Amino acid sequence: MAVIEGEKVSDIKRLEDIARGIRIDILKMLAEAGSGHTGGSLSATDIVTALYFHKMRHNPKDPAWKERDRFILSKGHAAPLLYAVLARSGYFDPSLLSTLRRLGSPLQGHPNSKSLPGIEVSTGSLGQGLSVASGICLGLRLNNIPARVYCLLGDGETQEGQVWEAAMTAAHYGLDNLCAIVDNNGLQIDGPVEEIMRVSPMNDKWRAFGWNVIEIDGHDMAAILSALDEAEKIKGRPTVIIAHTIKGKGVSFFEGRVEYHGKAPTSDELKRALKELGE
Amino acid sequence: MKATRDAYGEALLELGKRRADVVVLDADLSGSTKTGEFAKAFPERFFNIGISEQDMIGTAAGLSLSGKLPFASTFAIFATGRAWEQIRQTICYSNLNVKIVATHGGITVGEDGASHQSVEDIALMRVLPNMTVVVPADAYETKGVVDVISESYGPTYVRLGRAKVKEIMPEGYRFHIGRAYTFNLGRHANIIACGIMVAEALKASEALRNDGIDVGVINMSTIKPLDGDVLIQAARTSGFIVTAEEHSIIGGLGGAVSEFLSENYPVVIKRVGVKDSFGTSGEPGALLKLYGLTSEDMVKLIKETITISNC
Repeated sequence: MAVIEGEKVSDIKRLEDIARGIRIDILKMLAEAGSGHTGGSLSATDIVTALYFHKMRHNPKDPAWKERDRFILSKGHAAPLLYAVLARSGYFDPSLLSTLRRLGSPLQGHPNSKSLPGIEVSTGSLGQGLSVASGICLGLRLNNIPARVYCLLGDGETQEGQVWEAAMTAAHYGLDNLCAIVDNNGLQIDGPVEEIMRVSPMNDKWRAFGWNVIEIDGHDMAAILSALDEAEKIKGRPTVIIAHTIKGKGVSFFEGRVEYHGKAPTSDELKRALKELGE
Repeated sequence: MKATRDAYGEALLELGKRRADVVVLDADLSGSTKTGEFAKAFPERFFNIGISEQDMIGTAAGLSLSGKLPFASTFAIFATGRAWEQIRQTICYSNLNVKIVATHGGITVGEDGASHQSVEDIALMRVLPNMTVVVPADAYETKGVVDVISESYGPTYVRLGRAKVKEIMPEGYRFHIGRAYTFNLGRHANIIACGIMVAEALKASEALRNDGIDVGVINMSTIKPLDGDVLIQAARTSGFIVTAEEHSIIGGLGGAVSEFLSENYPVVIKRVGVKDSFGTSGEPGALLKLYGLTSEDMVKLIKETITISNC
């Protein structure tokens, strides 16, 4: 199901249903693995679903297609989300999902571009993805390729200084082919972002760095699609979408709970979670 | 006499003319690293990232992912120290074709002092999987290195110097990754050197010859992958190896040679280099004396060691 022109999913209900399926995959994978990052995978599910099944021009049968739009998962700990989306898009056999974090599996704890098709660059150490994204944007511009680059960051991740170095570079070089998305779920592993190290006001910071800023509800599929379209129309500067999200979104007893940042569901939790998701 | 950084500037300019895919990044030191020459000729392919080495390395990685051949330059300590984890996570783990060519390696940076004198960079780069590490000995070899690494895939670190150095590599010499150049093999000792220390080693060998001590000199310009065949040959011929580098004796060329020979052909090894300390401000020549990195220091060390072994 290559999401190249003409094959993209535009029906909101269908996209929401795909996102529900991705959440189910994520929970099953994590429960099977017994470890991994639940909260931050679920908070960004709607955004990444919208990218791969609607917005991005890409071809799972030709991951190296030069004209493709690129996605960089700077918050690499949301690897289960990326794996589920790539598998459901057709990059690899979905049966591999159950091997997450196992010895010999291409589904490493954090994404490894050398072991799995569809992963642009290895990530996992926070703060590095936006620099890579802007480098790709510079290269695409030199090559006259009109593709776009999307980079997903966590709000806690913006505590890394390199994010702001990259923010400067992208604005300085007027990279309007770059769209950063902040999964603003408000929690990091040690607690609420506001308590651990304040990053607000997020929109003022990005605006001051020269970016076009769009703020949305990161679980409102229609809002996600229109923000992605609007970002594409902005010329001369990069756009950041600040997506207000709920950590653990989709499973009532994970939502907004910091302890599920880096914890996998138990088998009992999985059963209850799948029931809530209608599986 | 020409600094290896000057040769780099010239080689990069030539490479830029030949290959449209070459792009160059710098972190506000293009006048010193000599990437400024490329910048003038090809402004659309030059990216000054400002004083932000971590972002420069990440941006270089991105350019490589879009099919470009990036050369990223700044001073050795900032390239390898400040941006080490970016090099590890983004470039080496993803095995990207990024060339990090750093200048101002070693103590001959001079008056700027310890903050700017990198004596740790070879160790920091050598430990990374997928990384190739090269330290050319003179301007001529530097040009060859730039050409060869541009044709070879993979993360590469090249260490260059600030000070002018004598041309020592013979005409017709061709650099190959992982192949050392043997000036001569000695019966009493063989000096394995890199960078500016190759010239010092040649002087030491000459001086010792007058005393009837036969000392060979090998330019180990590729530190990773190391030329094991040449090392075994040198160890077998003399039974005594001296390493010489403008770097800490921990983790650099001396470390690499010691690791290899201790497992493959154990012989007596002495390491000439900076002995677990920081540099200091001063004129380059005076610093080489202060830190024991001159040909005289090598002569003394070899004579002492040979005397002790003969007892």
